[in-house]
Amino acid sequence: MSLLTLENVTLKFGGLTAVNKLSMDVKEGEVFALVGPNGAGKSTVFNLISRFYTPFEGKITFDGQDLLKLPPDEVPSLGIARTFQNIELFDQATVLDNLLVGRHRLRKTNLVEQMLHLPSVRREEREHRAAVEEVIDFLDLQPYRNKRIAGLPYGVRKVVEVGRALASKPRLLLLDEPASGLSVEETQNMRWWIDDIRRHMGITVLMVEHDMGLVSKVCDRVLALADGAKLAEGTPEEVQNHPAVISAYLGTGDAA
Amino acid sequence: MRIHFKTSYDHDIRLFQDGWQAFLYTALLALMVALPFLIDDFFLGEATNVLIWATCGLGLMLLTGQTGQASLGHSAFMALGCYTCVLLMEAGVPFILAFPLGGVITGVIGALIAIPALKLHGVYLAIATLALAILTDDLIVMLEPWTGGVGGKNAPPIIVFGLEINRWSSPVAWYYMALVVVLIVTLFYRNLLRAPMGRAFAAVRDSEISAQAMGVNISRTKTLAFGLSAGITGLGGALMGLFSEIFNNETFTFIISIQLLMMIVVGGLGFIHGAFLGAIVIAFLPQFLSIVSDSMGSNVAIPGLETAVFGVIMILFILFEPMGLYGRWLKIRTFLELFPFARKDMFRRQKSYLKTERLR
Repeated sequence: MSLLTLENVTLKFGGLTAVNKLSMDVKEGEVFALVGPNGAGKSTVFNLISRFYTPFEGKITFDGQDLLKLPPDEVPSLGIARTFQNIELFDQATVLDNLLVGRHRLRKTNLVEQMLHLPSVRREEREHRAAVEEVIDFLDLQPYRNKRIAGLPYGVRKVVEVGRALASKPRLLLLDEPASGLSVEETQNMRWWIDDIRRHMGITVLMVEHDMGLVSKVCDRVLALADGAKLAEGTPEEVQNHPAVISAYLGTGDAA
Repeated sequence: MRIHFKTSYDHDIRLFQDGWQAFLYTALLALMVALPFLIDDFFLGEATNVLIWATCGLGLMLLTGQTGQASLGHSAFMALGCYTCVLLMEAGVPFILAFPLGGVITGVIGALIAIPALKLHGVYLAIATLALAILTDDLIVMLEPWTGGVGGKNAPPIIVFGLEINRWSSPVAWYYMALVVVLIVTLFYRNLLRAPMGRAFAAVRDSEISAQAMGVNISRTKTLAFGLSAGITGLGGALMGLFSEIFNNETFTFIISIQLLMMIVVGGLGFIHGAFLGAIVIAFLPQFLSIVSDSMGSNVAIPGLETAVFGVIMILFILFEPMGLYGRWLKIRTFLELFPFARKDMFRRQKSYLKTERLR
């Protein structure tokens, strides 16, 4: 059953067509990767799904609901969480607080109750913290729990961002280049985590990634993009060996 | 160095980290309560002034320190809070109702003003709010039938549960009233910080784009922060007007907004302690300057001296201690706790090149 569907989605910036009549569907429970050269429109697709951009035409549906009817801040309430290619954490807050912001969509108390710190608020906070603590255990973030983001190394920030997305208990997790800038070992960890996120948490993953090693190990299906249009779709091997993909990455023999 | 062994989630939620911290703050509170018996009426008046400034500062801190929106217009909300409270009192509403009501009305009006104003970012927002402050100054003059215009207004007597609180005849009661107000505001502030809304404020401050991706409604959060901030500052403004007994448009000129902003920067942006430390500096600096100039034998007031000194302090803090007095204290405390293992570079601010252009 498909969870996220894009139908004929087109987005133009001025004269540039960033996404060109793209159709794809992500099935529930799979790990789906978007690959393609720089500027192919992969991150733009993510920004379309999180509603930062509105497409010129086409439809985006999540679990049967029309995503295009929602403002960006209501997308997470459906159970879509994301990370950013260039890490967008709350720099002056601690790791714990960053993860707790991930729980924002699950809050039940209002401002007045929170100001008075009623028992309901205390109860809710305990729930949030229990959930966040599970994420911290899962991603081995204990050493950094009370550290401010501003002083943390790049690799840890990358993991915290995944954690923040996980804390919101999503159904669909969008990972924008989860392994970029990570060491071999950290990439290895990321691979196990993505596997576990799918297997044990039952979360569908859609990711953009350049590291084909990682993609071929964790992904069920891959879609290759170039200049905003679909080049090929299928299993990692199929896409890697597809002639159109090879020519997009390496150029055709004629030009040389 | 104290190490906290956390055994339940409540460790992270409750107000004080451990018994020692709870003891320190209780001792501080006891000192505050005992203060009228330790100092004379003149200094008690100054202490009351500090508490009033701290209340206003907490209001601005919520907006600037917590939510990251600069405002140079908070004198407008001080004026609004003050005139609302006094007009309500003159209409026969008892002080105990008129005072919080003044805060609430200021908060609502502040939130309404915020809806268009918060579409602006950074320096543009500062200019827009500065315009608001100057406009309020003029409005007070123009609405003379209600506000008394340039001639000003006399504060009506404050009566709480049959007890009259007057600055001259009962300075101790005045002090306690200001203390209660500032304690309540601080408690509300602290409660917000440990709840989802406070974290949403910080999220908006640090990265609007990812706050949005986490389901935080940016404009609603900013409006709430602005409204709350205006409300708290309104309470402080009401206290300030009532404390000065006679007030007019000059009491709430836009210079006050700038002093308020300076105060929280000097105290330490983003810390509750910062509002209090900054208030102490702001309230005592004029006294300190006059004592110094007296001792130097000049009995003529130098015009503009106070503003100049404020300016120099501000520049020095921004250059050498952007985290303010409280930030400096944190460094000293860490140094002492780790002695002799503290390193000089522990607090060096790292440049990070991870930020990209925002999707704005």
